[in-house]
Amino acid sequence: MNSSEQTAPLLEVRRLSKHFGAVQALNDFSMAVRPGEVVALAGDNGAGKTTLIKAISGVFQPTGGEILLRGQPVTFATPQEAREKGIETIYQDLALADNLSIGANIFLGREPMRKAFGFLPVLDRKAMAVAAKQTMGRLDFHVSRLDAPVSNFSGGQRQAVAIGRAVYWDAQILIMDEPTAALGVPEQRKVISLIHQLKAQGRGVIFISHNLQDIFAVSDRIVVLRRGIQAGERKISETNHDEVVKLMVGG
Amino acid sequence: MTSTSPTETHVAPQADHGDPARSWLARVAEGRAWLFLAGLIICFEVWSRLSFGATFVLNPFNVQSIAIFAVAPLLLATGQTFVIISGGIDLSLGFIMGLAAVVAAHATNMAGVAMPVPLAMMLGILAAVIVAGVPGVINGLLISRLRIPPFIGTLGMFGVARGAAFLLAGGTTVPVQNSWFALLGNGRFYGVPYLVIIAAVFVVVMHYILSQTRFGQHNYAIGANVQAARRAGIDIRGHILRLYVLSAMCAGLGGALYAARFTAGAAQAGEPLLLDSVAAVVIGGASLFGGSGTIFGTVAGALVIAVIQYGLVFVNVEPFWQFIAVGLVIIISVLIDQAQRRFSGARQDE
Repeated sequence: MNSSEQTAPLLEVRRLSKHFGAVQALNDFSMAVRPGEVVALAGDNGAGKTTLIKAISGVFQPTGGEILLRGQPVTFATPQEAREKGIETIYQDLALADNLSIGANIFLGREPMRKAFGFLPVLDRKAMAVAAKQTMGRLDFHVSRLDAPVSNFSGGQRQAVAIGRAVYWDAQILIMDEPTAALGVPEQRKVISLIHQLKAQGRGVIFISHNLQDIFAVSDRIVVLRRGIQAGERKISETNHDEVVKLMVGG
Repeated sequence: MTSTSPTETHVAPQADHGDPARSWLARVAEGRAWLFLAGLIICFEVWSRLSFGATFVLNPFNVQSIAIFAVAPLLLATGQTFVIISGGIDLSLGFIMGLAAVVAAHATNMAGVAMPVPLAMMLGILAAVIVAGVPGVINGLLISRLRIPPFIGTLGMFGVARGAAFLLAGGTTVPVQNSWFALLGNGRFYGVPYLVIIAAVFVVVMHYILSQTRFGQHNYAIGANVQAARRAGIDIRGHILRLYVLSAMCAGLGGALYAARFTAGAAQAGEPLLLDSVAAVVIGGASLFGGSGTIFGTVAGALVIAVIQYGLVFVNVEPFWQFIAVGLVIIISVLIDQAQRRFSGARQDE
């Protein structure tokens, strides 16, 4: 853990601000994510978590401050640009096309093609299935039916597919917005172990959750937001539930 | 805490993994249109033999008639398949077909004055398909840019295309003076009508587009989860626009072939075919909620309707029973679909 603190941050946010009219949703907020580090974002509803991740993932532009990727300042006009730079957002509501296979979901919008009979371009379903199998294997997730639509799989498995898509496209930073909120308890544990995998692969994870137990199970650090400002930052090993709750509610 | 190892990620298989009974049901549900078709043909065969001592399906004349009968509704239904899979519906296809039939007749006649007969025919067909694309573009823009629901936007275009078709036809049917055009509509190649050959080639091309291209793949994704498709970077607006142009052009070709078959263009050519096209798609296994359906399913659906309509006439049943029979098949088909979804544990979108 000490070694990760010395490495240069993968993503750094410096004095980021965002206001909507007179409403200051985010004010001079700073944080950093290092490779192989899981940083939890905590805060009450309306504290600015969503604003922050939307600014990082290119959904909208911050009104002040800067975002640095491996030390280089970056701006994203669209989520597409952020994704191309390796920042992927995993949404709680499972952004998958349920009627398509795992491979088709991983490649949605960027499908590989091959030539049938030497001239006719067709979808390369085999390549998609192979990539799906390998990718899910890297997440220690072994699915037998690669041609089945993802609607056949459980919530946790589908969340794994969404994460798998990010891993396949080599996302270095994964922003996970309440990835366990829509899941049952065993499934939540599975997603937590997936996050451990991502960490082991040296990716940076920003993990947003209301569930302090999940946060303590998986994070290295926790950053608390309150009304758009950074209310505190703690190492998980040096804090406890009570302290975090106090930071969140401003006690 | 650090020992939370990822070894537990092997989950119990879900729902229908390898359960033979369930996959059997799923297969029946998927292929139900072909089962309907086989059942219907057997029914009519038995009925025909008992009533007249004559064969129904082994009579090549019947087969040919059914095939020709199915061509126009099938062309509309292939376009409709794409639209319904995307979660939309195109109600304007019937009158776009009528408009195209009138345009085909006029354009062929006008071109015939100045150029050789075959060229005039091709120009007529081309004009029909292109003109049909215009209401398609408007549909697409209304739905993708102005966010008008497909049901409403295409209902409006239904009226516009209808009026335009009747105005262009001068309120009557427009006869075609072109010997090649008439031959195209009524001639045969080794006993197979040209119309059927054209429809078969067309269906294969459309199947390719739906099942093997990015356009087709994105169509399924949009129908299942438009939000996910947008997040994946798919250009939803462009897709929707192309989608409605495609379906309108299918209707355009349908109109041109109608004009060939009857050597006349009529504004009301596609009027009764619109609902048949939706019915064929639904019988063929597509969900009206979007996200599922195949071209070959729709082919079976269109044939089911054609067999019912032709078969009931063949066995001397009053033609009004056709509507009842087709209606019942639609209802049964949707019931099978729902039962299969519930049984396979797939999530219900409703």
